Amino acid sequence: MGADRKTVLNAVHREMGARMVPFGGWDMPVHYGSQIEEHHAVRQDAGMFDVCHMTVVDLRGERVREFLTHLLANDVAKLKTPGKALYSCMLNPEGGVIDDLIVYYMADEWFRMVVNAATTEKDVAWITEQARPYGVQVEPRFDLGMIAVQGPNAREKALPLLPSGLREAAAELKPFHAATDGHWFVGRTGYTGEDGFEIVLPESETEALWRALADAGVRPCGLGARDTLRLEAGMNLYGQDMDEQTSPLAAGLGWTVAMADERDFIGRSALEAQQAAGDIPRFVGVLLEGRGVLRGHQKIYDGDREVGEITSGGFSPTLERSIGMARVAADAGERLDVDIRGKRLPLKRVKLPFVRNGQACIEL
Amino acid sequence: MSNIPSDYRYTKTHEWVRDDGDGVVAVGITDHAQELLGDLVFVELPEVGAELAAGDECAVVESVKAASDVYCPVSGEVVEINEALVDAPETINTDPYDAGWMFKLKLLDEGEVENLMDAEAYAEHCESEEH
Repeated sequence: MGADRKTVLNAVHREMGARMVPFGGWDMPVHYGSQIEEHHAVRQDAGMFDVCHMTVVDLRGERVREFLTHLLANDVAKLKTPGKALYSCMLNPEGGVIDDLIVYYMADEWFRMVVNAATTEKDVAWITEQARPYGVQVEPRFDLGMIAVQGPNAREKALPLLPSGLREAAAELKPFHAATDGHWFVGRTGYTGEDGFEIVLPESETEALWRALADAGVRPCGLGARDTLRLEAGMNLYGQDMDEQTSPLAAGLGWTVAMADERDFIGRSALEAQQAAGDIPRFVGVLLEGRGVLRGHQKIYDGDREVGEITSGGFSPTLERSIGMARVAADAGERLDVDIRGKRLPLKRVKLPFVRNGQACIEL
Repeated sequence: MSNIPSDYRYTKTHEWVRDDGDGVVAVGITDHAQELLGDLVFVELPEVGAELAAGDECAVVESVKAASDVYCPVSGEVVEINEALVDAPETINTDPYDAGWMFKLKLLDEGEVENLMDAEAYAEHCESEEH
């Protein structure tokens, strides 16, 4: 227990009644009383998450764009105006996913990434090694904190609390764009399927912002709600829906892999070989028909044949049904069953996402 | 600190037993257990008539976070189940010791109840698990 790292907000979480759990080497809040109420707060009003455990990595150098063109499976050529963000996988040469991340184009010689907490160490090692021939400097910013403010009223509640120099630019941000001023950085991004901001700021100012947001009526939310929100939004979780042994093409992330031109990125030849071989498993949304809860690693059957497994599953507070994401064989049928503690229960295949901007996207 | 009624008996795996008289006991999970699990969304109960031995996995409670087995505290036959939980599993969160009871057992051996922890011993057990 004592070995878990603490974010700068650790004491505030305890003060606000959080139940703390170990998560990826960190001591993090799972909820502050009711995960379901926190979930609804984000869908209907505004909630906030401590994401200080995630890591901002700054990349600087004359050849930084050229470097990222090679490093990432998505194409940074799509980033034409400063502040624009791109979601991408970073692959190994075998086509497996080292991590999924967001990269921002800040200036011609400066790009910024936000990477997952549990993968930070291997990410920074990998990026640093790959960056060497390009003379790009890789700097993980452990001096910065990060708070995600999400929900239909999140921006309105957060804007007055931003430094005056950043407020106007933040108010005008389009989705998937960011603005910066000094050490503060605000992106109109998130991991919930709702509108909102992800705010990066000096660690020393993080607690004051958290308290001010709470005073403005933004509800503190734990990792539990973060997981059900992202699942409803059909967003992948690294380590669960994909990992170093999984191709992005088998994890529903084909849309993030830019292969239209001849760009030579790490992992490309492996992905081309997979495409040539065919039979890439499908990544699908599933709805449990009947009672129970889908969980990761439950086996899926088409008749008597095992055709795959649930990668992420849980209870959807918005739909009040159990939902999941699953990887199944390319030739699996429409009618599938899941094995829950020795019982077969029927699943309905659905198109992701389940919920976006407070609204159900599937028919129950 | 969670609520621990003094007239109930407890197991190390956080089930409670209440003596309902005539050799029948009610079984549920403790306030501490529901607090650890978080919002409950699914309950699977044993079948009426099932003969259970102490320590058997006899029910499942699932929260938004995880599934957890419920172990039978004492041996006996299931004589009644709380069907209201099927549609309202959150009752266990709001009222774990009363409306949140899970099933009732006709005891095989009434002496078995005496071997379970009393409230004081259970409070100490919870305390020791926290550290």
